[in-house]
Amino acid sequence: MGKLRPMEGNEAIAEAMRQINPDVVAAYPITPSTEAVQIFARFVADGQVDTNYVAVESEHSAMSACIAASLAGGRVMNVTASQGLALMWEMLYIAASLRSTVVLSVANRALSGNINIHCDHSDAMGARDAGWLQLYGENVQEAYDNAIQAVVIAEREDVRLPVMNCYDGFLVSHSYELLEVEEDEAVREFVGPYKPVRPLLDVQNPYTIGPLDLYDFYHEHKRSQWEAYRPAKQAVIEVGKAFGERFGRSYGLLEPYFLDDAELVIVALGSTAGIVKDIVEQRREGGERVGLLKIRSFRPFPAEEIADALGSARALAVMDRAAGFGSGFGTLYPEVAAALYAGGKQVPVVDYIYGLGGRMVLPEEIHQVYNELAPVAASGHPEQLTRWLGVRE
Amino acid sequence: MNDDSYQCEKCQKAEVYPPDAGWRELAPGGVIPQAGNAVLYETGGWRTYRPVRHDDKCIDCLFCWIYCPDMSVYVNDESVKTLGFDLDHCKGCGICSAVCPTGAIEMKLETDLRAEEASAAEGAGE
Repeated sequence: MGKLRPMEGNEAIAEAMRQINPDVVAAYPITPSTEAVQIFARFVADGQVDTNYVAVESEHSAMSACIAASLAGGRVMNVTASQGLALMWEMLYIAASLRSTVVLSVANRALSGNINIHCDHSDAMGARDAGWLQLYGENVQEAYDNAIQAVVIAEREDVRLPVMNCYDGFLVSHSYELLEVEEDEAVREFVGPYKPVRPLLDVQNPYTIGPLDLYDFYHEHKRSQWEAYRPAKQAVIEVGKAFGERFGRSYGLLEPYFLDDAELVIVALGSTAGIVKDIVEQRREGGERVGLLKIRSFRPFPAEEIADALGSARALAVMDRAAGFGSGFGTLYPEVAAALYAGGKQVPVVDYIYGLGGRMVLPEEIHQVYNELAPVAASGHPEQLTRWLGVRE
Repeated sequence: MNDDSYQCEKCQKAEVYPPDAGWRELAPGGVIPQAGNAVLYETGGWRTYRPVRHDDKCIDCLFCWIYCPDMSVYVNDESVKTLGFDLDHCKGCGICSAVCPTGAIEMKLETDLRAEEASAAEGAGE
């Protein structure tokens, strides 16, 4: 049985890392994820883990070292946010293309400029096509649970892809919460020992990795990588189920909340889902058929599952905590809309861009979204597709 | 000069996927399951200047072999003497010529040498 302990999100990430005991952590601390690295570094210094902690001079180097250590055959973890993730950008693509199994916890924070240290999803959304899996946690418990599951998902032989464990900067990273921390032994047993498929340190069987790859093979290699996200989706489902069987908290690609008969539905990522759940309960008490679809796995994107889950919806609001500048939408909206279109679902969908740079999202604003959805459901046509929530006019 | 009969061991052993391999046949991660196949990628065509060795000046000090960034100087492992240049991979950077203590390696324009070779071949044909 786990123990209930009060912890901040960053502390819980460090705790998960201590229990997992990775071979290598190469990190360059950045707000709001700093504490996770700081606390973990103390575990290393105190000999509580066997991890080789590599102090690097930048996030670009951090990710380079992580990729190399992973391909060498190690279990590798790292933590970053915002500009740090942005500086890793070119290495992120390489991490996925070379099928490394790095697990990177990201305390989601706005990208500059202007410089801002608070939460939005523009950092991770900037890496959405890099080939990493992305799980979004709603609270400290989920950030902790996702960190453990991410290792198992990444290292599965039919997956072999790096995983980003996203948790909202400050809102989760710096919020104390009573969470269930599992026994060290139980966590170690759940993640098991890492069995790399072909470690570079096996010098008796050398091979060529990351070679020049031009028009004659690159296209096929990308086609091959494309295929990996199918088993990855299955892995997210199966590992989430196995985690539930072992620890009593099950996870899937999505978390439907009062969705079965819901007509007005909000789609959200991360901590905002928690606020929406409260509002859903309040409005349900008043007899309104409202619901929430929380997307836990943004990559792989569960398009078919989203279309299936929204069977009864008559109007949808997508909550976007990152603006897709120039696209006319946030970053989540086009994906949800495409999922519905591909699934043959004719539902009006409104995009709400909210909470940028840590702008607080208030319960009355969630009420406002449901209030604005009602006429959209009635007419079937939103007057305005993209709206900014909580912005001063 | 070059010993055309020489073939390095690496070239003989290197393997890669056949050019028509479909995506399902490729190992994950864009890897080449074998090592040591960069040798199959010929870079000799990039060359503007070709190293030409004057045998009378060469003292077999192996400086050219040590400094060559492309491992394009053949050396006989038994006799420890230079055999010539691997012109399939030599990019003509001229480092061998620059480090040669006796000035035994001359960098000649590839176009001039090719013209000479062509006219020699024509002469032989007549």
